[in-house]
Amino acid sequence: MIRKALTTFTLLAVLLVSLAACSSGGNNGSSSPADNSGSGSGGSADAEKVTIKMMHLWPDGSNSSQNKLVKQIIMEYEEANPGVTIKTEVLENEQYKNKLKVLSASNSLPDVGFTWAAGFLEPYVKGNLFAPLDDLLEGDLNGQFVAGTTEAYAIDGKTYALPVELNIVPVFYNKAIFEKHNLEAPKTYEEFEHVVKTLRENGVTPVALGAKDAWTGSFWYMYLADRLGGPDLLDESIANQTFQDPKLIEAAKLAQELVDMDAFVKGFNGLSNEEAKSEFMNEQAAMYAMGTWEVPNYTTAEDVDQAFKDKIGFFKFPVMEGGEGSLNNWVGGPGVGLFVAENSPVKEQAKDFVSFFVQKWGEKSVTEAGIFPATKVDTSAIDLPPMFIDLLNELNNADKVTLYVDVQMKPVASEEHHNQIQALFGKAVTPEEFAKKHEEVLKAGK
Amino acid sequence: MDKVMSNKWVIALYVLPSLLIIMGIIYIPIVLTGYYGLMEWDGVSAMTFIGLENYTTLFNDSAFWSSVSHSFLFAVLSTVSLGVYLLVALVLSGNIKGANLLRKIYLIPMLLSSVAIAQLWLKIYHPTNGILNSALESLGIQDPPAWLAEPSLVLYALFVPILWQFAGFYILIYYAALKNIPTTLIEAARIDGATPWQIAFKIKLPLIAEVFKVTIVLAVVGSLKYFDLIYVMTDGGPNGASEVMASYMYHKAFRGFDFGYGSAIGFFLLIICLVATWIIRRMTASKDNIQYS
Repeated sequence: MIRKALTTFTLLAVLLVSLAACSSGGNNGSSSPADNSGSGSGGSADAEKVTIKMMHLWPDGSNSSQNKLVKQIIMEYEEANPGVTIKTEVLENEQYKNKLKVLSASNSLPDVGFTWAAGFLEPYVKGNLFAPLDDLLEGDLNGQFVAGTTEAYAIDGKTYALPVELNIVPVFYNKAIFEKHNLEAPKTYEEFEHVVKTLRENGVTPVALGAKDAWTGSFWYMYLADRLGGPDLLDESIANQTFQDPKLIEAAKLAQELVDMDAFVKGFNGLSNEEAKSEFMNEQAAMYAMGTWEVPNYTTAEDVDQAFKDKIGFFKFPVMEGGEGSLNNWVGGPGVGLFVAENSPVKEQAKDFVSFFVQKWGEKSVTEAGIFPATKVDTSAIDLPPMFIDLLNELNNADKVTLYVDVQMKPVASEEHHNQIQALFGKAVTPEEFAKKHEEVLKAGK
Repeated sequence: MDKVMSNKWVIALYVLPSLLIIMGIIYIPIVLTGYYGLMEWDGVSAMTFIGLENYTTLFNDSAFWSSVSHSFLFAVLSTVSLGVYLLVALVLSGNIKGANLLRKIYLIPMLLSSVAIAQLWLKIYHPTNGILNSALESLGIQDPPAWLAEPSLVLYALFVPILWQFAGFYILIYYAALKNIPTTLIEAARIDGATPWQIAFKIKLPLIAEVFKVTIVLAVVGSLKYFDLIYVMTDGGPNGASEVMASYMYHKAFRGFDFGYGSAIGFFLLIICLVATWIIRRMTASKDNIQYS
């Protein structure tokens, strides 16, 4: 009896294995012709069914307004182009980056997705994974972008992605706290130091900083370097693979002086940006240097108390006596940009979608999601909270926007920059060592 | 029955699926990792063969060696804490009141995911609002440290949640092993006038020595490749002060786009784990297995 049962079971197992083998073979067989038909029809006819796969990084929970806007644009596109279906996959920032890398290793990127500029983009371009989009820039999108934004996505004269965001970094501050201590928004670095000292003497944390996410500390260092050494110092240093300019070392010294003055929230090297942000939102810290993506929190976001929103203003990073940087130099840059995969079976349709997306996004992102698009916005034609208008105008008047150095640098150097920022602010290295480490890693060229 | 089971083909048939899976997801990737370790590869574009260059860089990379020392510190601390777990298990198995409830309490942290534990402890360690520092301040301690931001403290601060997380697991293993000891032995000893200490050290511990050895291997290897809690709580920071081998590998491969170097680290980590296991087995190998029955 048992023997019989066992034989039956064995036979069954054999059957199952072979069945599984068959069915997977069947799948392969049926899926590849479908792909082929897709690539064949890509450019020509809308009537045939085309599916564009898209990956983005705005989950409904944490970035609901972006998420909604993406859905809305997709819907409009699908309506305007019957037969086209856009399938989206959504992942949170860090996971998104990882998945992109894994997918690219197996050469199965989505047709359309988001990428970061410069250093992040480079390996993908070298690996021939992204399609150049210059034809779009010369065609439909000609003259639509704010000057100098698409360059961050250009390698060897070709542009491989189109930015949808452009942010600069103002210093947000709590007007109520400032008033309480008879302070005004500082215009010069001396005034700024005075603000820091006064706040500390009165037991208020001057600056919220979450340097566990080291890029937030990098903002401060970049501004110090800019105000001391002028707008081109960082760009040129990175381009020339050197970091020995005395101004860069001087800026590092100033950063450590700020640490000595107790300018930053306690334990900042162990706090994430989110934790630091909550210090500022809970009015436990008076200042917060952060990208303009935070502006909705101080203007339109429904879940933030109106009384708090009214207290928040911004100032430009103060200038230094004898420094070469002007008040209208900003740290900032385009955020993510849309790419089209080079080996996408529906490349032409995907490009068409990207063009549509960028235009619609430009029209709607400020008013509906509070996002500064990289395309030009006519501030006179739209109704927005004053902080938005002010910052959009600042953007138009900017003398220079220095792209985040961790984006400018290549990946390995960028990692090291993050470590060194933590070390500098944690006083684990001297300013000279800080510069030397940068020099080494920039020279290595990775 | 015997006839079917002794048929070589049937044996092969039953072994094959799991063999294929193990080959596919463990052994082949290990070989591939070793292979990638010989390449200069950013994970996206084409690879170039550079021989052992990644490994020579690795041996001169002080950041890597400090991550190795952090991993080994964790391994040592975990091994030492096994003694504590064993003591708790001894007490629990001694038929004290509420042992059942206590055992469950110890086990609960193990049921939580590492990320949840990390989030919980992030709140506890928060430099100004965390309960730890609030408690210290209310005890009159001025300016308690920012636990996760101090390079000299961060490793120990991280070890506490790890200790907490795995306590239940090891206590459970020891508890089960202790409960497995035949009561006749213990009763016999008691009749012969042995004290509780003597019973514990002369009878119980020798009988679960094999289990103890296994847990040492588990604790050491587990510590050497530990990653998740550190990734969430400090991400190896500040400035690499809490970087361990696995997080260093992750940073090099996924943040620095250096998959060749990352693979070399991964392969080296594997070798370190194998060597550590082998050394522990050698050190704890006993000539004769103790059995009292």
